[in-house]
Amino acid sequence: MSGVRLLVGTRKGAFVLTADGKRQDWEVSGPHFAGWEIYHLKGSPVDPNRIYASQTSGWFGQIIQRSSDGGKTWEAVGKDFNYEGNPGTHQWYDGTQHPWEFKRVWHLEPSLSDPETAYAGVEDAALFKTTDGAQTWQELPGLRSAKGNLWQPGAGGMCLHTILLDPSNPNRIFVAISAAGAFRSDDAGKSWAPINKGLKSQFELPDPNAEVGHCVHRIAMHRSRPDVLFMQKHWDVMRSDNSGDLWTEVSDNLPSDFGFPIDVHAHEPETIYVVPIKSDSEHFPPDGKLRVYRSRTGGNQWEPLTNGLPQSDCYVNVLRDAMAVDSLDQCGIYFGTTGGQVYASADSGDTWKAIVRDLPAVLSVEAQTFP
Amino acid sequence: MIRVALPAHLRTLAGVSDEVQLEVEGAVTQRAVLDALEARYPTLRGTVRDQQTQKRRPLVRFFACSEDLSHDSPDIPLPEPVAKGTEPFFIVGAMAGG
Repeated sequence: MSGVRLLVGTRKGAFVLTADGKRQDWEVSGPHFAGWEIYHLKGSPVDPNRIYASQTSGWFGQIIQRSSDGGKTWEAVGKDFNYEGNPGTHQWYDGTQHPWEFKRVWHLEPSLSDPETAYAGVEDAALFKTTDGAQTWQELPGLRSAKGNLWQPGAGGMCLHTILLDPSNPNRIFVAISAAGAFRSDDAGKSWAPINKGLKSQFELPDPNAEVGHCVHRIAMHRSRPDVLFMQKHWDVMRSDNSGDLWTEVSDNLPSDFGFPIDVHAHEPETIYVVPIKSDSEHFPPDGKLRVYRSRTGGNQWEPLTNGLPQSDCYVNVLRDAMAVDSLDQCGIYFGTTGGQVYASADSGDTWKAIVRDLPAVLSVEAQTFP
Repeated sequence: MIRVALPAHLRTLAGVSDEVQLEVEGAVTQRAVLDALEARYPTLRGTVRDQQTQKRRPLVRFFACSEDLSHDSPDIPLPEPVAKGTEPFFIVGAMAGG
């Protein structure tokens, strides 16, 4: 029987939400790792029972958990994230140089072909890889060679939050870092180049030709067209048709082009979703109305999706890793809020329903599809 | 046997429900106790002290015999009742927040 499993990371633990293919009735399990911040959980596309989770705490540091039975039981695995060699320094808020210091894992991206292999995006920004099921982690230090000394933290920290693996080319990886920008490797992570041409950050980064320093919040791709990338930047929704070589703005009629997540419909590569947020100083939806915006034209011509979402007095935020899609025939869309709601749409965004309303603040949502 | 009282989150992580008891060879110091704790429960490595610098994590505190030992050198002997096992060595998550 078809079904969906949502992996939800929150400020106070992880939750697993499951439903059959109708996606109307959900079972909630958790909290797993109660009291800990769970930045992200994600399952292997090769073996969906293999799930990796980033468990972290301001008191006790970083833990990585691994499940081999779909989240029923967990095992603490390797958590040593040591930068290669002398990591040197990066730009600090006041323009001085600051030593690179590991703080936490923001994002875990399992390999498309091997359940024992996964990537970890960390703060201070760097990319790590495991090939032994997360027992040990090795940095891919070429990334920090891409002008790492000029990177600087955004308000949320200097985090590597997005990792996209190209399904058609195992040597190609995209990552995004706040506030350094987007980067691409064409040799499986050995060397990297910034891919930020066309991004404009007038106030934060006056130099229009700056190669790094852009506050990219999230990038997304459709697996059938990995050369087409979509980006939610600090301000501006962007699109690239050439693997990030050049970006063009597609914000058009959005009520605000500030936001965090962006995602692509599972079966329509030109249908994309964002959640507009009022501004960088007011992290809540414009006019107190929680609206997902959908473009069926790969950007521009945005339509608000409001059916089932609160349209007054709503002042939650939706964080960058907190939106996901399933791949059932009728594509499901999911997002979690800082107010603890997880909303689901089983009809590509036309109608919405809250699966749960009172979780801790949601940091991440991932969907696993069982056809 | 040295008695060590862990905060709730670390008890969960280590899979224990109460104080842990450790054999410590030689002088009973913070370092020796933490070495023994991490050897017995490898999942606790890095949660009490940084694995690179071996320094106490900023929001972790050490207490014993009603004394705050957090700022003591890790190599001086712990109070005698801890060494004798009559009093536990407390590892505590600091109060933080509002």
